[in-house]
Amino acid sequence: MGFPILSLMLLVPLVASIACLFLDGKTARMVALLATLIDLVLGIVLWANYDIGGAQWQFTERADIFAGFSYALGIDGIALMLIMLSVFLMPVCILASWDSIDRRVGEYMAAFLLMEVLMLGVFMAQDLFLFYIFFEAGLIPMYLIIGIWGGDNRIYASYKFFLYTLLGSVLMLIAMFWMVNAAGTTDIPTLMQYDFPPQAQTWLWLAFFASFAVKMPMWPVHTWLPDAHVQAPTAGSVILAGVLLKLGGYGFIRFSLPMFPEASAQFVWLVLGLSMVAVIYTSLIALVQSDMKKLIAYSSVAHMAIVTGGLFAFNVQGLEGAMIMMLSHGLVSGALFLCVGVIYDRLHTREIDRYGGLAINMPRYALFFLFFTMASIGLPGTSGFVAEFVSLAGVYQVSTWATLVLTTGIILGAAYMLYLYRRVAFGVQKNEDAARMPDLTAREWIMLVPITAAVLWMGIYPESFMAPMRQDIAALDARLARSAPEGDSRPQVGTPAAHAANFVGGDHAGSPAGEGEAH
Amino acid sequence: MDYAASFYFTGAEIALSLAGLVLLLVVAWTGERTARAVTIAAVAALFGAAFWAGHLLLDQSFALGADAFGGLYRMDGFANFAKLLIYLATIAVLIVTPRFFDARGQYRGEYPILMLFNAVGMSMMVSAVDLMTLYIGLELSSLSSYVLASFLRNDMRSSEAGLKYFILGALASGIILYGMSLVYGFAGSTQYERIRLVFAEDFPTGALFGVVFVLAGLAFKIAAVPFHMWTPDVYEGAPTPVTAFFASAPKVAAVAMLMRMALDPFGSQSDAWQQIVIFAALASIVVGALGAIGQNNLKRVLAYSSINNVGFILIGLATATPAGASATLVYLAIYVPMTIGSFTALLMLRAPTGEPLETFDDIRGLSTRRPVLALCVLVLMFSLAGIPPLFGFWGKFVVFQAAVQADLVALAAIGIAASVIGAFYYLKFIKVMFFDEPEGQLETSSPVSHWAVLVISAVLMSPLGYLLTPMLGDVADQAAGSLFFAI
Repeated sequence: MGFPILSLMLLVPLVASIACLFLDGKTARMVALLATLIDLVLGIVLWANYDIGGAQWQFTERADIFAGFSYALGIDGIALMLIMLSVFLMPVCILASWDSIDRRVGEYMAAFLLMEVLMLGVFMAQDLFLFYIFFEAGLIPMYLIIGIWGGDNRIYASYKFFLYTLLGSVLMLIAMFWMVNAAGTTDIPTLMQYDFPPQAQTWLWLAFFASFAVKMPMWPVHTWLPDAHVQAPTAGSVILAGVLLKLGGYGFIRFSLPMFPEASAQFVWLVLGLSMVAVIYTSLIALVQSDMKKLIAYSSVAHMAIVTGGLFAFNVQGLEGAMIMMLSHGLVSGALFLCVGVIYDRLHTREIDRYGGLAINMPRYALFFLFFTMASIGLPGTSGFVAEFVSLAGVYQVSTWATLVLTTGIILGAAYMLYLYRRVAFGVQKNEDAARMPDLTAREWIMLVPITAAVLWMGIYPESFMAPMRQDIAALDARLARSAPEGDSRPQVGTPAAHAANFVGGDHAGSPAGEGEAH
Repeated sequence: MDYAASFYFTGAEIALSLAGLVLLLVVAWTGERTARAVTIAAVAALFGAAFWAGHLLLDQSFALGADAFGGLYRMDGFANFAKLLIYLATIAVLIVTPRFFDARGQYRGEYPILMLFNAVGMSMMVSAVDLMTLYIGLELSSLSSYVLASFLRNDMRSSEAGLKYFILGALASGIILYGMSLVYGFAGSTQYERIRLVFAEDFPTGALFGVVFVLAGLAFKIAAVPFHMWTPDVYEGAPTPVTAFFASAPKVAAVAMLMRMALDPFGSQSDAWQQIVIFAALASIVVGALGAIGQNNLKRVLAYSSINNVGFILIGLATATPAGASATLVYLAIYVPMTIGSFTALLMLRAPTGEPLETFDDIRGLSTRRPVLALCVLVLMFSLAGIPPLFGFWGKFVVFQAAVQADLVALAAIGIAASVIGAFYYLKFIKVMFFDEPEGQLETSSPVSHWAVLVISAVLMSPLGYLLTPMLGDVADQAAGSLFFAI
């Protein structure tokens, strides 16, 4: 066992979190920023030392200090990428709350840092129950963040968020008990290779689905998300969209698919059906929103539907596309929430109608906003394009109809995002106060530039992000091969025609072969 | 009969009885002046008893338990585990009590003495392996509880609580006694061992009635639905420290007594009582959760919370397996500090005039006025709601795991889904303390004794508690094993 870098990554924000409780606002901000930056550096070290193509599980740690489960950490490429996403977004979140949070700063930073510990723990956990503990515990800081520092209707949103996700998760715990009882181990890598009886898989899959579908969120259990997003403070929305929604996708790729391949295949129709409904339905809802945050929240549901579609395509493209979609969406929607936050901090309203013509007085802001709008739509060159293209290519092999509907969703996505952008940034400056708003500050530049760079990087050279995951996705694909559903297009391999289509026929004298020799 | 061994095994009870009698004389001679000193002496006696129970629990030569007084009484890991919890809970309650009564000038030396006798009665309840011993222990404990409930003699609500508790408690005792008489009639013996042997061969319908009556009476004592109606009223009316006591030590004793009863004499007929226990468990979880939602008085909320918790405890019992019994013990060990901590926090809420505060309105915005107190309550409430990573989750974890292992998957699924309803009102504590704006006046300092109890329980319920799980699990397994060894 080498240097316990994963534990260190958990320990740094944990210690800082406890410290922040006792510090005054100014120091707490600095401590939180420092801790998240240290974690970012540790994350980069982790990535640099990750051996692509090496062992499936790296940096493993294990300590049997609990009864019934163990403290076991370890990552594969999939977890690595999501960990990177988390540690990358955290300092940005702290910066985003630098001025906008002015009361109970210490507690706020403590909650955020605790959130980071728990999110990283979810991706690192190698023990089923340790995973559950981290997974569930994330509710506590998020509940506090929404409830204390949220908007006007924060109480309702915080309750809805908490109870909705809790109800989804508890059934998963019962399923976990059953699995551990049957398999005799809590070790996730072992369970990923364990073959549960297909009959039981159905029930286990449904129990896990109840949890992950709510986290994801999938239609029709997505209704907590718009409320939570709208009421949460900017940084809360960023972390909610950026990382918390990814827990559902991570759950599918880590648990549902490899542990219950037969049941997953059995429910492809359900997942694809819900994804199709979600992408159309939520896109249409997004079109008529007058609240910016709500619009982006609904667009998140639509994008997540493409993730679920890709995951349940049961092939390499689908899985890779879904992973890239999660990373891309984490960056892009996080950045969009930051963009909303930037103008919200100035005018304290999220009503689209209160803005207009911002391109005139805030040209730099408008540029960033445009960039992320395009990335959300999936313009080539941005990460969104790669994500949508690859995942839909995967879905196409399973269901052409689903692909058709999901692609329609992308067109609708372009519609609502461009419509939003037009109303906010273009047109006349109809509101005087909005027209007086100053352009980006240095702090806001520092927040947005790294995300822009990452989005471009992922759009132009996605290989950097796909390479660490390749082997793990191939392993998952191999595991799923035995139950992969047949595609609906069923391309037939015909017998090749004797001649090319433009073959003129036997008018030329002699045999063609002889002719050829003669020339 | 080897008296030396019998006395050795019952050392804790004998010491407590003697201490109680001596202190009673002291109080009779000196009056109220020595109330504090008597309390300290009582705590010391309880510490001694706890030490003795712990010593017997950890002594491997008694791992399988032993009989005392010719099979009237049994010393085993199970009994010692429960006694240890009971004594520690009683100590904690005694530590936080005097200030509450002092504010009204009503603290009297009888209080610690009643607690001591109560502790003796509870010890007998958990150790009894004969219906007669059991009944004496039960009544000794109950009678002192009735007096404790009405200890604020010129407070209307306290008197009412005492009277209610007495009448309904007496009714329950009568039901138990009637059940016992039926059991005795059909088994021909009051000894658990004999009853088990007889019932294993032949279990007539009349005996089933006996079992049902006994269980119904015991369900009253642990406040399980449908015999829970007295709980909110008594918990609300009784002085807060006494409520803290009712919710902790007697509950442990009654649950342990119920477990021994169900698994030992009626163990061969687990089919007969399992469905009753399953019903009571689920009903308690649901009623405990729903009942609390509309309440504004914190003591009533915590009363419903204790009903809710009994439901989870009964799920462990419903499995009728050693793993289930062990899980129940672990749950009790977690439940006791959790509930005592919550009541201690409640005791620390006082108006500047010393008036106790006990409604949701009073704790509005507590986090800005008493941040540390609010943080401790936050830990305890999330813990009661069973949200990881707090330690309360572990109690539910082991109980539901035992249920799944015993193939009661449906019970586990329904139970855990119902626990989400309960989360709603625990969240209300957090919401009121952290999200709402402060209102009214609060006393700003609390005595060290209260802080000590509160902080210890909050630290135990924090994620640090998980470090105890290996030890707790081993001891509980051993204790549950000793219960099943006899069978």
